[in-house]
Amino acid sequence: MSKAAVLVLGGRSDIGLAIAHRFAAAGHPILLAARRPERLADDAADLRLRHAVAVSLMDWDALDPVATEAMIAALDPLPGIAVCAVGLLGDQAQAEHDGAAAALVIRTNFEGPALAMGWLANRFEARGSGVLVGISSVAGERGRADNYVYGAAKAGFTAFLSGLRNRLARRGVQVVTVLPGFVQTRMVEGRALPPRLTATPQEVAAAVDRAVARGRDVVYVRPVWRVIMLVIRLIPERLFKRMRL
Amino acid sequence: MTVPPLRDARARLSGWGGVPQAAEYPVAAPRDAEDLRRLVGRGDMIARGNGRSYGDPALNRHRTVQMSGLGRMLAFDAGNGVIEAEAGVMLGDLIAALLPRGWFPAVTPGTRFVTLGGMIAADVHGKNHHRDGGMRETLRWIDVMGAQGTVRRTSPGEALFEWTVGGMGLTGVILRAGLRLRPVETGWMRQTTVAAPDLHAVIAALETDDAPYSVAWIDSLAAGADLGRGLVHLGAHARLRDLAPGMDRFPRARTGLSVPVMAPSWVLGRPLVRAFNRQIYRRGLAAPVSALRDWESYFYPLDRIGQWNRLYGRRGFVQFQCVLPEAAAVKGLTALLGASAAGGHPSSLAVLKKLGPEAGPFSFPMAGWTLALDLAMRDGTPALMDRLDAIAIDHGGRFYLAKDARLRAGTLTRSDPRAEAFRAMRQDQGLRAAFRSLQSERLEL
Repeated sequence: MSKAAVLVLGGRSDIGLAIAHRFAAAGHPILLAARRPERLADDAADLRLRHAVAVSLMDWDALDPVATEAMIAALDPLPGIAVCAVGLLGDQAQAEHDGAAAALVIRTNFEGPALAMGWLANRFEARGSGVLVGISSVAGERGRADNYVYGAAKAGFTAFLSGLRNRLARRGVQVVTVLPGFVQTRMVEGRALPPRLTATPQEVAAAVDRAVARGRDVVYVRPVWRVIMLVIRLIPERLFKRMRL
Repeated sequence: MTVPPLRDARARLSGWGGVPQAAEYPVAAPRDAEDLRRLVGRGDMIARGNGRSYGDPALNRHRTVQMSGLGRMLAFDAGNGVIEAEAGVMLGDLIAALLPRGWFPAVTPGTRFVTLGGMIAADVHGKNHHRDGGMRETLRWIDVMGAQGTVRRTSPGEALFEWTVGGMGLTGVILRAGLRLRPVETGWMRQTTVAAPDLHAVIAALETDDAPYSVAWIDSLAAGADLGRGLVHLGAHARLRDLAPGMDRFPRARTGLSVPVMAPSWVLGRPLVRAFNRQIYRRGLAAPVSALRDWESYFYPLDRIGQWNRLYGRRGFVQFQCVLPEAAAVKGLTALLGASAAGGHPSSLAVLKKLGPEAGPFSFPMAGWTLALDLAMRDGTPALMDRLDAIAIDHGGRFYLAKDARLRAGTLTRSDPRAEAFRAMRQDQGLRAAFRSLQSERLEL
């Protein structure tokens, strides 16, 4: 039996590529959508050679809502699984003083992914099946001084996914929210991250695979993050506002 | 949008043998040639594959460049078995992808957890070197990024190619390669084992049989009349007709046990090694002469035991590997094995192999016999290694830099006059400031 095709939005990201490899290894055909997809030609060749699956590349700019709608309307055949791994950490200090930089972080982490997931949800709903996976962030669980522009955009995305899940729960469409915590990617290159809290992109991919297979809703990649975020959410605001976390 | 600058992280690294001991190094992890271009020429650096060289050739205090991000297979021609791939591709992944299509690496070292870039830099050899030559012979071309960030595709016969293959990463960064694989009917090997009671018998067995693959395991603690006794393993790729019905034609690699923690020092101490070696030899005597073994257990027996280097404990181990020319080989090998057995520091693993002719201006192999001895790092080990160095040089031998962690610059020069030419080439090409490793500094390359 042929496996469902997997669409990876943000196919150039480390997490997106790791997810593509994970599903390709299990025999799923892969579609990678990214800006200037010709830069992914080598990765596509690698996926094909390693896993003997069909791989296609699609030109997609997360910041272009019109093109996003058109791209998703044109998907034929419609993939069975769609993963959004688009993300931009940006520079918090810069975002505090530079509106364009802040807008870029907000649009890249929220507007683009949410609109894409929304259009895909409509098509999956019409078909009556499909899995949507959004890579969000624990940074969206509570705003912190260090990264609240990014965190707020991810909070928006998390809420959007939660709403989609609620809407589609009885329509045969699964919606998964993935909260990775720290991941060793280009996004955080050069930062000293605590090893026990830091996952590899391959671990994120494995978590996505498990969540899809088991029909999960919200997953943390490393279980320790569930505890950490529970504690962080429980801290009263009058204390939290004075803390440096 | 601007590309974020490539920043160095700090990571704890060592060579596979754990000598020098693990320490923190600044590590950059490029994803493609563009990333890499922003690193070369800015201070010195060395490329690192999967860290399976034994000592310090893939370590640099200023910047060690982790090449696993450039690990894509790019194209495969099923007509001639040529794969085009990036340097960070792991040999084991290549096998996983291509063995089911009937292709196997034409040359492989004793572990599949090496990258193509590392194999090229060390010009690795396998159990078939006496017939097929080394890694060099499998290469159609390589792409090398020089100190100015320009990439050159170079082929056999050109100076850049010749120096880079076996050049230990000191001529530039190996980016991509086109290499030829060997067609195989199955993933199985037909292995014949011959028990040989002493060194002469081992050499005679390796000399007379022209098997495609051959290597001898030597009982390193046998002395006196038994000195050099061992088991000679001869192998060939099994044909389809050799398989019994129901056998999996292309078996997959199995993941085996892993050594979870550093072992205490007695694990590879003299009494246990002696008992272990005796047992292996007796089993070899009793074993069926010919048997089918899957490719993994034949080529990569130690890969089954994850982190087997931990068996040597915190102080790690070193490997002594030299090649001696034909003429003085028996005398030299006798002296080496004698010194090792008498040293009080048992070599836990000793391997003897016949090599084919020399190729390339700085590659390790030459016609003769190569002996590899694994030695746990103990107080007396450095002195023993010095004695072994001296014996090898007295018999016209030279040393394998992929295994080296402690050779002295003067010893290298005395053993191999080609080192001077290599140094001069590095000087002329302006490579010394751009590409350096702890090993190249130690050996003044």
